[in-house]
Amino acid sequence: MNSGPVRREIVIPGDVIGDRNSKPGQGSFVEGDSVYSSLLGIKTANYGRVGVIRLSGRYMPYPGDFVIGIVEDRGPSHWLIDINAPYPAALHPAETPWRVDFGDTGRFLEIGDALIATILSVDEIKRIQLTMEDRSARRITEGQIVDISPSKVARLIGKRGSMIAMLKDYTGTRMLVGQNGRVWVDGNPRDMAIVARAVEIIEDKAQVLGLTESVRAFLEGEYQKRPDARLR
Amino acid sequence: MEDIEHLEKKMKLIDENGLRIDGRKPIQLRPIKMEVGVLKKADGSAYLEWGGNKVLAAVYGPREAHPRHMQDPTRALVQCRYNMAPFSVTERKRPGPDRRSVEISKVISEAFNSVIFTEQFPRASVDIFIEILQADAGTRCAGLTAASMALADAGIPMRDLVASCAVGKIDGIVCLDLRKEEDNYGDADMPVAMIPRTGEILLLQMDGHLTLEEFDRGFTMVKDAIGRIYEMQKEALRKRYAVSAEELEEPAEQAPPPEPRSEPEPPEPYPPEQQFQPDQDDMEGQQ
Repeated sequence: MNSGPVRREIVIPGDVIGDRNSKPGQGSFVEGDSVYSSLLGIKTANYGRVGVIRLSGRYMPYPGDFVIGIVEDRGPSHWLIDINAPYPAALHPAETPWRVDFGDTGRFLEIGDALIATILSVDEIKRIQLTMEDRSARRITEGQIVDISPSKVARLIGKRGSMIAMLKDYTGTRMLVGQNGRVWVDGNPRDMAIVARAVEIIEDKAQVLGLTESVRAFLEGEYQKRPDARLR
Repeated sequence: MEDIEHLEKKMKLIDENGLRIDGRKPIQLRPIKMEVGVLKKADGSAYLEWGGNKVLAAVYGPREAHPRHMQDPTRALVQCRYNMAPFSVTERKRPGPDRRSVEISKVISEAFNSVIFTEQFPRASVDIFIEILQADAGTRCAGLTAASMALADAGIPMRDLVASCAVGKIDGIVCLDLRKEEDNYGDADMPVAMIPRTGEILLLQMDGHLTLEEFDRGFTMVKDAIGRIYEMQKEALRKRYAVSAEELEEPAEQAPPPEPRSEPEPPEPYPPEQQFQPDQDDMEGQQ
């Protein structure tokens, strides 16, 4: 393993990223003797496998992803959840913590309700199943949902969760970040508004160096303005 | 019926020095300016100025295809709408789709259908919107070129970018990238779109007449021009994303590429100081 900083290279669809000895990974394809990038993103190479991490685009569901969804439709024995993906996801009563009688789905989740869930499976025709068999899965009854571009979720979480920890620390809110670009925030209204603005800053300045510092400066500024500030 | 073949030329398109009305040589393109990511609400977008053409392209998707009966359970649909603004031409254009724009929408969506990995998004659709804000001949090429950058910006997987350019014949001379007057009073116009990497042709139309030799010469010229446009597209995309890549370097070194997939922290776990610290733990074990 080398520990030196690796130069990260931007690739564009059609760029050659590997030869006949490389294995094609995520975001790549093989044509003739070369491996090409199919996405706009950053080239990666691990153990002979080359791939591309996307820098933009819609959320694509992946089993195990932690998501925040909104109930879009409901049948007698299932719900359809909008998870910000190209397709709605199905949630079956067997995957919920409740005992749901046939035709009684509305007692637990109504259209428009928000919930926290995990993706159970995605099949080859992209039918998505959700599960709520997870300790943090539940129906959301308070707080608010803030949107962020799914490709910037990693920036919001930060290195080892540093960014999100800082946000929680300064604002004293409860936060959960869904991989699908939805963030649940709960706290008092003023703190939630500050989190929403901070998320906006992260979204806009995701590419600026020293993002953590500018978000910290924003938070410091916000809380110094007010006498009842929650500064720690 | 009017014999359009032998209508008297109203304009002299090439002067005695062999230069065109805007001073270009036959192999010269008009100035091109490209910008990616200009629209916030679209998944991907691009703005292109190509001579007197001003084109805006937006891409949405992949998203669920509507109406439902259009969905293909094996692949995504590529739907394109080419639209000219009423103010894009000198005489106000009646807004809405007409014969010409329906045709252009069709050929452009077919061109993209063969570069996008549609099988990765069954039942979905990728929607491309091309708005011509100002037209000066060659708008379908400009639209295609812009839409291809917008698709890359939207993170749609593709085999390659698509680049496009037109070639034509004016006053009997084969020239690249005709402008309005040359298109109107010239002898032929032939838009070409290609996968620059492989040289596969995605679109080839022709209006007017070219002899086989002229076609061959024109095709060699346009192929070279497409290569140049392709480089500009790549440059524009790199410029847009260069900074974000630098920033990504920092977290990606410690946390391996697919960022920690789940963030299922229970709302209020333990106070931070009591959390499991792998480094400290290891140290204690060694002592």
